Amino acid sequence: MRRFLATNFFLGDDPGSLSGDASLVEAGIIDSTGILELIGWLEDTYGIQVADSELLPENLESIENIVRFVEQKRSARGAA
Amino acid sequence: MAVGARLTPDVLELDPAAATDRIVAELRTIVGKTLRRRGAVLGISGGIDSSVTCALCARAFGPERVLGVLAPETDSETETLRLSHVVVSTFGVPYVVENITPILAAARCYERRDETVRELVPAFTSGWKLKVVLPDVVGNDLYRVLFLVVESPDGRQERHRLTAEQSLAIVAATNFKQRTRKMIEYYHADRLNYAVAGTPNRLEYDQGFFVKNGDGAADVKPIAHLYKTQVYRLAEYLGVPEEIRVRPPTTDTYSLPQSQEEFFFSLPYQKLDLCLYAHNHGLRAEAVADAVELSVTDVERVFRDIEQKRRTTRSLHMSSRLVEPVAEIDLSDA
Repeated sequence: MRRFLATNFFLGDDPGSLSGDASLVEAGIIDSTGILELIGWLEDTYGIQVADSELLPENLESIENIVRFVEQKRSARGAA
Repeated sequence: MAVGARLTPDVLELDPAAATDRIVAELRTIVGKTLRRRGAVLGISGGIDSSVTCALCARAFGPERVLGVLAPETDSETETLRLSHVVVSTFGVPYVVENITPILAAARCYERRDETVRELVPAFTSGWKLKVVLPDVVGNDLYRVLFLVVESPDGRQERHRLTAEQSLAIVAATNFKQRTRKMIEYYHADRLNYAVAGTPNRLEYDQGFFVKNGDGAADVKPIAHLYKTQVYRLAEYLGVPEEIRVRPPTTDTYSLPQSQEEFFFSLPYQKLDLCLYAHNHGLRAEAVADAVELSVTDVERVFRDIEQKRRTTRSLHMSSRLVEPVAEIDLSDA
């Protein structure tokens, strides 16, 4: 996740210092286009489908939220 | 206005005569003294902003030293050209009609856009219409990413979420329109030794609702400091015809009718003006909610959206950056 963000967005001089709960949008790291890039990468990398109704900060605002969201999606798929 | 005070719509009241006198005086100084040009060219869309800017330029320089450029293209609404004629006729301004469709076709504007649309809707061809829209900001926290809406010739609509690449590709192709219009405006400005007057109001300027080197390019922007509510007030004072003053703001960029709210702004301008004013003056959402008839949570969403747009569009305001300053080019008096 951090590698994807560091490769595709400007994280500052010390990408490792980005905390897991920092808002990627409010920090100016990703914008609405970045959200779409992130979704595309999550869908391709983890084989999940992100619904329109899931485009919410609670799912995508921070690294921690994204990780939790992907884990939920994958476990839901595994349980199906 | 003190923090904690309740906002009322009258905060946007202005004295139209005084505001007009001030803008006219500034226009004369900026264009004549600073830019050393002898008149103004501007694009006329039949909308409120270009109508007011046209009226102000006519007052500043005399109608005969203003040129209106009417530049419709194949996706323009049928009303655009008629209302644009009403504007130049009302203010006695000379004008040219430049249909930019052939230029856009030669640049493959429509073709590039439609190729991207067909990735999602393979049947999309002539006879179909399209627009791009954002989710509402009110009532939910959904990220405001672009969706494509297409309508088949039999009136059936489909809505698709765009990928990042598709979103960028459609907007990039469409931006040919604003940039072509500006190219034509500067052609006439160069030919006449005029300046180009831009037409953004404060909402558009602040929130970055313009195309860089397209409608965002101009030598002077006479109404960029005015909230849209104030532009309407000025329009009434300056004699902009009522049919233009009552027309809902439109982007007039896509073949399906598209309001400015669904493409870019989160609210009707009357409410967004008040939210922007409140945010600019440090008022809390609680002080604004009643005036805009929204919940406190929704006003907070609007405030966040305002900040997000400022972040996203900041680079649109920047001129070319230099690695080192070139001291001999001194713009300190500009």
